[in-house]
Amino acid sequence: MQEFLEFFSFADANIRYVTLGSVLLASSSAVVGCFTLLRKRALVGDAVAHAVLPGVCLAFILSGTKNPFILLIGAFVTGWLSLVTIDFITSRSRIKEDTAIGLVLSVFFGIGILLLTSIQHSGNAAQSGLDKFLFGKAASLIGEDLITFSVVAVLLLLVVILFYKELTLLCFDEAYARTIGYPVRALELLLTTLTVFAVVVGIQAVGVVLMAAMLITPAAAARFWTENLKVMLLLAALIGAFSGIAGAYVSYTAPAMPTGPWIVLIVSMIAIFSFALAPGRGWVARLLRQRRNRTQILEENLLKLLYQLGELKQDFYTSRSLSELLERRSIPKGEAISGLQKLKRQGYVKRDHQSWTLTTEGKKRGRRVVRLHRLWELYLTQYLHLAADHVHEDAETIEHIITPELEKRLLEELNYPDLDPHSARIP
Amino acid sequence: MILQVDNPVVEVHDLTVSYDRKPVLWGIDLTLPAGALVGVIGPNGAGKSTLIKAMMSLLPISSGYVRIFDQPLKQVYNRISYVPQRESVDWDFPASVFDVVLMGRYGNMGLFKRPRKADKDAAMEALEKVGMQSFANRQISQLSGGQQQRVFLARALAQNADIYFMDEPFAGVDIATETAIIQLLRQMRDQGKTVIVVHHDLQSASEYFDWVVLLNMRLVASGPTDKVLTQELLEQTYGGKLTLLSKVGDLLRRQEFPARETKVK
Repeated sequence: MQEFLEFFSFADANIRYVTLGSVLLASSSAVVGCFTLLRKRALVGDAVAHAVLPGVCLAFILSGTKNPFILLIGAFVTGWLSLVTIDFITSRSRIKEDTAIGLVLSVFFGIGILLLTSIQHSGNAAQSGLDKFLFGKAASLIGEDLITFSVVAVLLLLVVILFYKELTLLCFDEAYARTIGYPVRALELLLTTLTVFAVVVGIQAVGVVLMAAMLITPAAAARFWTENLKVMLLLAALIGAFSGIAGAYVSYTAPAMPTGPWIVLIVSMIAIFSFALAPGRGWVARLLRQRRNRTQILEENLLKLLYQLGELKQDFYTSRSLSELLERRSIPKGEAISGLQKLKRQGYVKRDHQSWTLTTEGKKRGRRVVRLHRLWELYLTQYLHLAADHVHEDAETIEHIITPELEKRLLEELNYPDLDPHSARIP
Repeated sequence: MILQVDNPVVEVHDLTVSYDRKPVLWGIDLTLPAGALVGVIGPNGAGKSTLIKAMMSLLPISSGYVRIFDQPLKQVYNRISYVPQRESVDWDFPASVFDVVLMGRYGNMGLFKRPRKADKDAAMEALEKVGMQSFANRQISQLSGGQQQRVFLARALAQNADIYFMDEPFAGVDIATETAIIQLLRQMRDQGKTVIVVHHDLQSASEYFDWVVLLNMRLVASGPTDKVLTQELLEQTYGGKLTLLSKVGDLLRRQEFPARETKVK
């Protein structure tokens, strides 16, 4: 707890910088990731992330320093090379893109690990800390590193804002972009370059192995909450920023912990949470919708039963016992009772002792369901030429979803009919 | 019956297009008159979409050239407009109807520029023309097929071009949309615009178009509708596949042969 307060008071300048740096890195890669995701090239980000490692190692071997700028150039070169290789393989051979990505990813990463191991065994004292690139360490973001990477991160954000319109069109409809004269190849190149840069700055915090998660997961999570691209970009940036802070905190309080897996776990939790709870698209929302549908069907079926009994007996306002209802239609008893009780609370039925009576409103609603059922049966026989004994099942479902607008259209098209195909009166 | 016109708006010369080295269009020579409503008609796999995609430089061509308003495509981007097949994009994209129609103005705006108020007005006007103004703020993922097609059409209208290339605008749309679209296309033609439409339904073709291009891997006919839609020409277009032609095409692909000895730059 004390550590928590110490960290979040941001009294220590070091903590301030590390936090600021992580936030910038994580949010810039999240924003770029949105476009990568929408362009359906999520896997490519993963390949780039892994392909960055040999570049970092080579740059170190050649220069002998850990100057962030030089390492960044190395990372950029191999990251870029991996993308060119993927494109080359897909366009020049029969190998499909997913296979090409798999090939490139593993070959580049393999070379990277090879180089890293040989550096580590070379006895070069300056090498300590290169392995950070594998799983990331936000707390080591200080001094020169921090400035370099933050500048790149800010630049990334600025470029995305500047090219917002062009990148959006590229992701939505590339062919159209071409026909209005957009330099589509150049824009593709730009997006590729942005992706590579996002990876290169992000690996400081997360490491190459898990970088793809930083690129894609915030974007995927943000997509659940909104249908507006600008909002999506903002949300992804916020989710990225949050995980960045979390990563910095973990890195600060538990220096032995690899930061990357922690950040990725946190981002993934947010994504799972979004997947479950987001309104509309989320899993819970869909579940609730289905539940609502089921209760609506149950209630309307009960009202329909009461109405049909009334029709049969020429008397709508006598009470009917539960067994009378269930004779006509098999509904599990418990469900039927709870449905009736709900209808009672809503004022559609009245209860005396063990039997149930329609109220005026209940009768109206029941009549509407019966009417829609018979109208739909008539529609199917007249317009789809279905046999009269085949239409009942279909109408059982459709009667619950027809809107008043459609009902009016239906009435007009059927010319305000009196009888359904079974010669029952349409109320 | 291939009628070539003077001062064509579109000139296609010796155009061959291949997919994976297999030619799907062989040596097309085609000219189209200004201010016509043109239907490109042929059976499945005849290369109708390929033809207009090649005209728009969306596909690499193996031979020949395309000129629009007597200029290469690059010079006339601001005068042409393309309506892709609506299945060609993912409609589950985070954008509203208005956002998509506004894309029609991107060409005029130039790079880096934000949409101005006038651009928004133009987009709204285009939406009104297709009868979708009340859908402006609707998410595109919620649209029906016909509505998607209208949105694409509105986007093209917002471009205010002189020549329109439309890939199957009537595919999978409801009758109301089809009628609305054809009325709109006629209005555009009456304003002197040229509209080229890939169309799959032979029934409505004679009623819709005043110029028809019959296509089946090669150009069968091109001319005024009443002269082209004849029994004989239709039989040539739809009857019997050119098995030999397609066998040679397969051979080119298998042997990885180029369609022409010299490459088009």
